[in-house]
Amino acid sequence: MLINLPLLRRDLTLALRRPQDALTVVGFFVVVVALFPLGVGPDPQLLRILAPGVLWVAALLATMLALERLFMDDYRDGSLEQLLIAPEPLAFLVLSKVLAHWLITGLPLVLISPLLGIQLGLQSEEILMMAIALLIGTPILSLIGAIGAALTLGLRGGGVLISLLILPLYVPTLILGAGAVDAVMHGLSAQAHLSLLGALLILAVMLTPWATAAALRIMLD
Amino acid sequence: MAEKSIQWFKFASPARFYDLTGRLVWGFGILAAVLFVVGLYMGFVLAPPDYQQGNSYRIIFIHVPSAWMAMFLYVVMAIYAAVGLIWRIKTAEIMAKAIAPTGALMAFLALWTGAVWGKPTWGAFWVWDARLTSSLILFFMYLGFIALHAAIEDRQRAANASAVLALVGIINVPIIYFSVHWWNTLHQGATIKATSAPSMAAIMFFTVIVMVFAYWMYSIAAVLARARLELLEREKHAAWVSERLNLPRTKETPHA
Repeated sequence: MLINLPLLRRDLTLALRRPQDALTVVGFFVVVVALFPLGVGPDPQLLRILAPGVLWVAALLATMLALERLFMDDYRDGSLEQLLIAPEPLAFLVLSKVLAHWLITGLPLVLISPLLGIQLGLQSEEILMMAIALLIGTPILSLIGAIGAALTLGLRGGGVLISLLILPLYVPTLILGAGAVDAVMHGLSAQAHLSLLGALLILAVMLTPWATAAALRIMLD
Repeated sequence: MAEKSIQWFKFASPARFYDLTGRLVWGFGILAAVLFVVGLYMGFVLAPPDYQQGNSYRIIFIHVPSAWMAMFLYVVMAIYAAVGLIWRIKTAEIMAKAIAPTGALMAFLALWTGAVWGKPTWGAFWVWDARLTSSLILFFMYLGFIALHAAIEDRQRAANASAVLALVGIINVPIIYFSVHWWNTLHQGATIKATSAPSMAAIMFFTVIVMVFAYWMYSIAAVLARARLELLEREKHAAWVSERLNLPRTKETPHA
């Protein structure tokens, strides 16, 4: 079984008992987006052009912020070590944890994005495309980010380091995701962007759990 | 087959590696110095000014090789990292670590010379052009590798963790490269193509080739020199180190 359901349910339950964790990430996303008009001025035309990039960069940063917590709690209370010696392949367990993490921190970003799109003056098709692109793109961010979270586990200043390690790897997702919305904005088809984004997601699902598992074993041995 | 692989891995032993590279560092270093002098003379004296760009094009003689080296060194670094991770070879881990600063230097040089060339040619120091941008991202990836190495105190763990990062990076490099190209291209098209005759004067072409070799030799020398020091530091309690450095044999102090 690719996804370990008990582990998924456990992570989701833990998150629901402490909803402020997920809400902080959404709050961060909303605040960062709200700061941009204050920085560049309230011109609706300019804001509309900037909107895809602003929303995507804010989503990137919000995901980044949430990553530290992906393995941290389990690392502190020792349950991560139990996962390492579980009979199941560690990569599958990692995939379950990342899925739970995305449901808690990634999906809310997708759901709140139309509201922010309206704020920045996007049209309805553009808002729809933004939500679709984020829906395909944010899981990629969580999957790649998990590698960074594992590599910086237990390090001093891990939060700053993780951004240096992971943000360069986010570039293709950012380009394709923001590009999809841009294409719709200019009356073009976003099919190519979405296809490539989907291909990236498949690649990330296949490969990143193994890298994350390897990183976890290295950092905990 | 087994004997053949022993031949190769013979140099992986720290003491042998140290002895062998002691001479190689000088060989490659001197070769680099000679090639740099020849290449720069060709580039700045012999090569004629370009009919479009005048003299400003001459910066490609230091720009192009550094950009190539920056990309190539990342691949070499990832290969050494993989060898170190899979076969647990200490010298390979040290080589991967030793390559990173040279690679970062090359990426930085490529960015800097690119900006200096961009000012007279494009009228701006920085243009968000595909190749400049992907070089910048490559530079960040080198910095990430170096930073991760520095952040983990245990040397073995640092080597393994950064090896994983280098391997993840090497899978991503082509994806990043193509996505950035797709995103925007404003750079002049590639002038040296493998398939057709280069569209530049022969002297310019040969100068670039000489400079590329000079950068190669320099990179090898610098990496080996750095690897030797790292090796001494990691093996400071080993008998071969005291022998080579003529140190009095101290009491074996346990690893901290």
